[in-house]
Amino acid sequence: MSASTASTIASYTGKKLGSLRSERRWALWTAYASLIVATIIFLAPPFYMLVTSLKSSAEISNLSGNPWIVRAPTLENYMELIANPLFRGFFFNSVIITLCVVAISMVISVLAAFSLARMKFWGSQALATGVFLTYLVPDTLLFIPLYQIVGGLGLLNSIWGLILIYPTLTVPFCTWIMIGYFASIPKELDEAALIDGAGWMQMLTKIFIPVALPGIIAATIFAFTVSWAAFVYPTAFVTTPEHMPLTIGVVSQLIRGDTFAWGQIMAGALMAALPPVVVYAFLMDYYIAGLTAGATKG
Amino acid sequence: MAQVHLRKVVKEYEGGVQAVKGIDLDIADHEFVVLVGPSGCGKSTTLRMIAGLEEISGGEIDIGGTVVNDVPPRDRDIAMVFQNYALYPHMTVYDNMAFGLTLRKFDKGEIKRRVENAAKILDIGMLLDRKPKALSGGQRQRVAMGRAIVRDPKVFLFDEPLSNLDAKLRVQMRTEIKKVHQTVRTTTVYVTHDQVEAMTLADRVVVMNHGKIEQVGPPQELYHHPRTRFVAGFIGSPSMNFIPARLEEAGSGLVVRMTDRAVLPVPAARASRYAAHVGRDLLFGIRPEHLTEPHPNEHRPNIAHFEAAPEVVEPMGMETLLHFWVEGHEICARFDPAVEVAPGKLAAMAVDMDQMHLIDPKTDLVL
Repeated sequence: MSASTASTIASYTGKKLGSLRSERRWALWTAYASLIVATIIFLAPPFYMLVTSLKSSAEISNLSGNPWIVRAPTLENYMELIANPLFRGFFFNSVIITLCVVAISMVISVLAAFSLARMKFWGSQALATGVFLTYLVPDTLLFIPLYQIVGGLGLLNSIWGLILIYPTLTVPFCTWIMIGYFASIPKELDEAALIDGAGWMQMLTKIFIPVALPGIIAATIFAFTVSWAAFVYPTAFVTTPEHMPLTIGVVSQLIRGDTFAWGQIMAGALMAALPPVVVYAFLMDYYIAGLTAGATKG
Repeated sequence: MAQVHLRKVVKEYEGGVQAVKGIDLDIADHEFVVLVGPSGCGKSTTLRMIAGLEEISGGEIDIGGTVVNDVPPRDRDIAMVFQNYALYPHMTVYDNMAFGLTLRKFDKGEIKRRVENAAKILDIGMLLDRKPKALSGGQRQRVAMGRAIVRDPKVFLFDEPLSNLDAKLRVQMRTEIKKVHQTVRTTTVYVTHDQVEAMTLADRVVVMNHGKIEQVGPPQELYHHPRTRFVAGFIGSPSMNFIPARLEEAGSGLVVRMTDRAVLPVPAARASRYAAHVGRDLLFGIRPEHLTEPHPNEHRPNIAHFEAAPEVVEPMGMETLLHFWVEGHEICARFDPAVEVAPGKLAAMAVDMDQMHLIDPKTDLVL
């Protein structure tokens, strides 16, 4: 190799390496800038809620000064809410509804997904697609016919009506997540279990559920979030305060005519948002693993 | 322990595609039988039908004197080792091995005794508390074998168990499997596409092709006396050379004529066997190991000589492979590495005609 060729290659390589480094730096700056903007957009409302919830009614109505700063922080909004039996009732209703809906949704969707993903039978593929298609129907379209059904069953103004209806929102998507997860488990695993002497139910409980735990947690979080945050159905089906969940209770009971108890509304909304935040914080890794399962070759 | 009998076993998929076309096979008690063949030949399907993982479309499978066509896998008293190990990832090695026994409600003491015994045989005693993800490929395959051994089943089924291992580990595990079989003596059906694995492990090899059994026999019989062109080409590595040739009379004997320059005498002992085929265009088959450099002081009869210029020379260390062309067909010869050969230069070659085969190209049968 001649000296000139060698030097050409060296300078070319140097230039490429330099440009790669600057490209990476530029990408990093762009990523950071976008993330900071996104974080501000997403965190500004809850921060404003927090600030408002720590203000007294007098401070909230005082329009002078910066609304993002609390001058005399107080927990009176929180204390009043906690002391309010109605609010505690909303919270209790939400907990009962969510626990029941999560349990019902997970039992149905795990069993459905296992049979659709692993027990190949005639029409299983079409059924799996059908399950997902039902998820695409918006709840705003369904609540009128569902009102008829819930009314016919005498479950209007009852948390049991909501417990019956919410799984129509959660089961299709949970089943879809679980189908993907179960399908990504090698088929030799169930064949090995079959040969080892397991029946279908033993195979599900002893092999598939433990192996698919990240997927099950992801589906559980989804069911939890949907039932905790549901708004349309409880608005339509529940009108008596003692049966309301948090989502509509806070809005309907803390706004009286044109009087808005902003401090309590914000405190109530923050307390309502706390359980999902805690659940996400502890289970985020499982949630991401569950949603991305099967996306790449393991 | 048990015998396994397959009678006219057929596997037909939707759309009429037959993966297995009515095979008959008798496997003796304690025997190690290897099903070998190229991809899609039906060997794995056959194994899975024996396991009960595939339904049988026709025929009968008998394990230990019981027809098991409609018996579910768990009641067939078989154990299977899979290519990808199929270990339960959330269980420890101990639990993986104990799982089948726990489901069968064995008492804990017996489970412990069996697991420890299998762990001793496979030398995995120190791994019992680990999860599969903390094991190497070879260790995982050992655990998979352990899971089979603890069950003490009538039949072991192996579905290409070494295919996921690297070449060195494969050789090591091959020896391990043979050792285990010599210890436990359980009837074994083993599937592989690797003919070296088949030859080294099997008491009898079953060569399959296009859903049919081409030949069944001990490894040496298949190597020396293949019944069809497929078996002749499949068994042996590098595979047998096939050259179109005409069988002719020459004086009192016979010769095979490939080209005017390559006319090789047929051993006198084979003359009567081939007499009916004189004048026909046949295929001359010779393995690379029987096409070598000439040996000085060669005393064996029936060694024919010719010269050829290799196009490619592959030094392999223990041998050198020479590739050259005869009548448009690539031929491989196996030389001693000490012999100096160079591409493009004529090299003297010796053919051991006692090892030759003649194949009828119309029927693909070895004559």
